[in-house]
Amino acid sequence: MRNMDFDVAVIGGGPAGMAAALAARKQGATVVILERDSRLGGILNQCIHQGFGLHYFGEEMTGPEYADRFRKMVEKEDIAVMLESMALALGEDKTVTALSPSLGLCKIKARSVVLAMGCRERTAGAIALAGSRPAGIYTAGMAQKICNIDGYLVGKDVVILGSGDIGLIMARRMTTEGANVKLVLELAPYSSGLKRNIVQCLDDYGIPLKYSHTVTRVEGYPRLTGLYYAPVGEDKKPILSEERFISCDTLLLSVGLIPENDLLNGLGVNISPVTQGAVVDENRMTSMEGVFSCGNVLHVHDLVDNVSQEAEIAGAAAARYALDGGVCKGDFVNVVARDGVRYALPQRISRGEGKLRLFFRVGDVYKNCRLIVQSGENTLVSKKFMVLAPGEMGSADIDISLVDGDVVVRLEK
Amino acid sequence: MKYDCIVIGGGVVGAAVLDRLAAYNLKVLLLEKEDDVASFTTRANSGIVHAGYDCEPGTLKARFNVRGNELIWRDARELNVPHLKCGSIVVARKEQLEKLRELQDRAVVNGVETRILDRDQTLKIEPNVADEIEYSLYAPSAGIVSPYQLAIAYADRAILKGGEILLEAEVKAVSRKNGTYFVETSKGVFESAIVVNCAGAYGARVNDMAGAEHFETVYRRGDYFVLDNTERKNVNTVIFPLPTAAGKGILVAPTADGNVIYGPTAVDSANPDDTATTPDSLDVLRKNVPLSYKRPAFNKCIRVYGGLRTLIGHDFVVGESKVLDNFFMAIGICSPGLTSAPAIAEYIEALIVERTKATVKQSGIVAPPRRKRLAEISEDELDALIAKDSAWGRIVCRCEKVTEAEIVEAIYSPLPATTVDAVKRRTRAGMGRCQGGFCGPKVMEIIARELGIPLDQVRKGGGATIARYAVKEVE
Repeated sequence: MRNMDFDVAVIGGGPAGMAAALAARKQGATVVILERDSRLGGILNQCIHQGFGLHYFGEEMTGPEYADRFRKMVEKEDIAVMLESMALALGEDKTVTALSPSLGLCKIKARSVVLAMGCRERTAGAIALAGSRPAGIYTAGMAQKICNIDGYLVGKDVVILGSGDIGLIMARRMTTEGANVKLVLELAPYSSGLKRNIVQCLDDYGIPLKYSHTVTRVEGYPRLTGLYYAPVGEDKKPILSEERFISCDTLLLSVGLIPENDLLNGLGVNISPVTQGAVVDENRMTSMEGVFSCGNVLHVHDLVDNVSQEAEIAGAAAARYALDGGVCKGDFVNVVARDGVRYALPQRISRGEGKLRLFFRVGDVYKNCRLIVQSGENTLVSKKFMVLAPGEMGSADIDISLVDGDVVVRLEK
Repeated sequence: MKYDCIVIGGGVVGAAVLDRLAAYNLKVLLLEKEDDVASFTTRANSGIVHAGYDCEPGTLKARFNVRGNELIWRDARELNVPHLKCGSIVVARKEQLEKLRELQDRAVVNGVETRILDRDQTLKIEPNVADEIEYSLYAPSAGIVSPYQLAIAYADRAILKGGEILLEAEVKAVSRKNGTYFVETSKGVFESAIVVNCAGAYGARVNDMAGAEHFETVYRRGDYFVLDNTERKNVNTVIFPLPTAAGKGILVAPTADGNVIYGPTAVDSANPDDTATTPDSLDVLRKNVPLSYKRPAFNKCIRVYGGLRTLIGHDFVVGESKVLDNFFMAIGICSPGLTSAPAIAEYIEALIVERTKATVKQSGIVAPPRRKRLAEISEDELDALIAKDSAWGRIVCRCEKVTEAEIVEAIYSPLPATTVDAVKRRTRAGMGRCQGGFCGPKVMEIIARELGIPLDQVRKGGGATIARYAVKEVE
């Protein structure tokens, strides 16, 4: 057992973890990053498509390029990086137990902890996909890893269930590698992915997308040979009389991402049932003092640029907490999502001065609507949107000095 | 090649039979058509060790269940197979008390200890039974075991004792000449004085091939939900409804690996390969689980699966054929087949030893590879392991916390795990909530490296590969 001591322990070395560590180091804290893979970068390493960095770096780059920028910055700083190191447990005293092939079992005493573990994909099991259990059914991210890191296609006749961004990206990726992506099915009447991905990954390649449809069961063993799909009613249940068969050797699933907060099990940290991430304040501190959360483990983002910015808030605050013993100003009010807004984050903020950016997601597609942020008698934001969709995270800046009781974030037609 | 005894079928029954026969001066071979043992019925059942109260008295089921319950705990302990004697309850509403008493009467005849509990007593054991439940029949000797790990451990130990296992050897024909059986398989013809038919869903077919008794078979599929291990804290025992003609009913139970299962349904089919779940059948579970259990959490499902019970009449078929000498059968092993497996093996062993007058070639317990889970290893022991082999410090499966060393160990077990599924059954890599989304490619990489094959030859199990076509290469 090896004992270590750091001001800030960052769990996860993807985009969130790297940005948090850099921000914490900038405040003068000693920082360690625990990364389970053999290199920093997280899922960005397998996202070889363009579309990263436009907001943060002002230029468009691939995932590995974006990760590399941050990796080089981390390497320049005095930040301890533990690769192939898995955080096994987080103690109530913020001690992180980690396992590493080079260092063995480690106990890392940290004054603050930044959670940056990212998210995992919902699986065929999680949606209780009926039928046989053959090879050929994968989450889009696993297929992406096998394609972009290992250099193999998982199949050639592809159906995709779910229109999340990774699914859309993989539709294009498999097509350019010679696969026949026959159909994309989406349970909802709208896509959970970015509009630009629908256009650039499906429309440009003539790949059909059927909304309000789902897979009813799969067929074939040991290899998938086809599947049945059907439209769904308002209750999201398939209308079996309209069931149809399509042959395929591959079914990719892009049916949702789940923040991977397993480390918090048993610690009593408040978890939002909507985001499945921790409930945080403006510093991204969770209900457990000194434990911060950022990136996709907090809530699922569409753009890595937003992840980096959020992580900088968490990392800097974690450092201040570690060095000064406190960052919370107290005097909290809740941020409440209502009337079409699915969630707003941070979920609680302290009264005071200055500006704060709220992030939110809506629960359906809304056209020509107005986002209202209200606190007591004060209207903090009243902003018109041509369209708001669940697949695109929105933001609104508020003046904290106007906060007078709970902040309500809602939509008006 | 000539053997003294050939066992057909590598489910838990066949593996247990091989394990016992391998202790004698007999040349024994097990033939399995799939690419691993425990690949069909054994991998997809409830994993329940039944107490034996509900079998009709006087049947083979009653006899082997009760004896099997004694043997299986010892075997699981000796073989390091996950198990827990957590007891079971059959729950009943107020008006069903009489049915519980009938069940208890059977228990008395079968020699099984049970107690009828009222609601308060039931809640002490199982706080989450449904509100309508007023009574339960508690059987302390029931519990859970990992069915596939038990079969794998029997297979490994059998090999260590000198038994042989040939995988992907599907039996095509069985003939007999001058007292010798010729078992024709996809991997050649094997000769043997004795054949033991443990072919599970294909048991009646093997009987037909050999010219032994003909049996009509019913395949009763059961579908299950597997719940995330965060649900484990809500279930203490095996919770049964009252049994019906279709079987023991839809249970809620912990698994020996730390999950919870809801199931099985009972859907009859004529097809021995039909293990596909159906939406209707899964809906039956959604409707029925709440009748006995008040905290169903279908949203915590991580997997659904279907398995078959193979029914021949109302009882097991165990013993020597009346038509063919030296042709032994252990077929129609539906529920409580897993519990009965060690007792069936003991019985077959006795018959064959008597016939062959074989002598024990070794005494004492041979332990198969110890498969410890990371959480069971002390901190000091772990550091010592990592110092010797850094792979003990490299977590491959993050959900189930499986290290690279465990995966490599599985690949080099007496019965080597050569597929992603075989590794999964031995180590749990890929059995957690991400279902191999993260560790799948890593496990494939380790298998490819250890077996010296390219990634596109690594199989999931059942013969199918995962990485199929190389992406376009750039010169």
